[in-house]
Amino acid sequence: MGIVIDRSLCVGAGMCALSAPGVFDQDPDEGTVTPVGGAAPDPGDPAVRRAVDTCPSGAITLAP
Amino acid sequence: MTTVTPEPLPTERPRGCPFDPPSGLRDRPRLSRMVYADGHVGWLVTGHALARSVAADRRFSSRHELMRLPVARAGFTGPLPPATPGMFIGLDAPEHTRYRRLLAGKFTVRRMNTLAERVGEITAECLDAMAAHGPGLDLVPVFAQAVPALVICELLGVPTDDRERFQRLAEAANDLDAGLEETQAAMEELGGYIAGLVREKAETPTDDLLSDLTTGDLSFEELVTVGTLLLGAGLDTTANMLGLGVFALLTHPDQIPVMREGPEAVEKAVEELLRYLTIAHTGVRVALEDVELAGQVIRAGESVTIAAQAANRDPEKFADPDTLDLRRDSAGHLSFGHGPHQCLGQQLARVELRVALAGLFARFPTLRLAVPADEVPVRRHADIHGVHSLPVTWDGE
Repeated sequence: MGIVIDRSLCVGAGMCALSAPGVFDQDPDEGTVTPVGGAAPDPGDPAVRRAVDTCPSGAITLAP
Repeated sequence: MTTVTPEPLPTERPRGCPFDPPSGLRDRPRLSRMVYADGHVGWLVTGHALARSVAADRRFSSRHELMRLPVARAGFTGPLPPATPGMFIGLDAPEHTRYRRLLAGKFTVRRMNTLAERVGEITAECLDAMAAHGPGLDLVPVFAQAVPALVICELLGVPTDDRERFQRLAEAANDLDAGLEETQAAMEELGGYIAGLVREKAETPTDDLLSDLTTGDLSFEELVTVGTLLLGAGLDTTANMLGLGVFALLTHPDQIPVMREGPEAVEKAVEELLRYLTIAHTGVRVALEDVELAGQVIRAGESVTIAAQAANRDPEKFADPDTLDLRRDSAGHLSFGHGPHQCLGQQLARVELRVALAGLFARFPTLRLAVPADEVPVRRHADIHGVHSLPVTWDGE
């Protein structure tokens, strides 16, 4: 189980950066999701789960 | 299974409950047939999970020309004309995505958070003006409308001198009782002004969003439409959220201390106010193909109305949904919509609401209504819910 990011779906609403600012940021030009640092987002982190739950476009999902 | 006769969208809010969705709306099942303004029999969604899935499903379109109007606008029942270039709210991917990519970077969480200090200064100026006036005034023009108008004008690079004119035009555009001609005239007047401004910025760029956009690959026509959309959206929405939000807090005085408990408490409080008030209450999508939804088949071409105000009071998502509880976790509310069209300016709105509301209740701890709550004039028929005026007073110094 891991976090899958599909930037082609991202609309730059910023819900991930709002929910988990230490994990997700936004591209300064397009506003699309960019992971912070090198580590993969931890699906066990409640803030990351919130980012998944509130992502409006399905750009951040939980892999089965 | 019970068959429910298709009915028009309920719009009448219950008497004495200015913050509650229309009572008829609460009685509808989570998915039901609905009669649209032109007689089209489409659908109405009131459940939270269903509303979310329709808004996010790309088999449902946002194209204006496909859409049926849920309620008539001063006798006008549709159809709407197709979106003009730049009118991204009425477009689907990939056209819509192109505009989002060009604009979303200007409204990121990071960028909006850097504006907090400036929003604080603007708020302080408005609060100073209130204090100078003294107790007993209408909070709408001096605070609820002033803060967002000054912020969006500065962000876009629009001179604030003509602010009252913009405010009136934006209001006219959202008033369902205004005639279509009046609405179109308002939009054209606003567009004409923005066109002049875009020409100026293209020639002599200044340090603002509109100038920034003129250097990108948007055409002149697109720039004018996008600029008008951003200004219109920035004026009327946050202003009504502030006016109605303060009204809600003043009628729930036990909740007000939360607004003085620091940034984290205020962040949560603002999300709850957004959920509870759901000022942008109705959205529409159109099925591009037959879609199975909750055991029913939505046929291609049928419109689906998403009643966000009902979805945000869905007890399956939010326990005790009719209670305003600023300490609750309201994440997942649909007040900014959901799906690819979710509000572009939501992170700006959040910063404005947090800073302005916290500032107001810190500066005026004795703020209260100057008239009985049932005498506050509430918008009855508008795309955006709100108050026309909010008479308040406080203990003088």
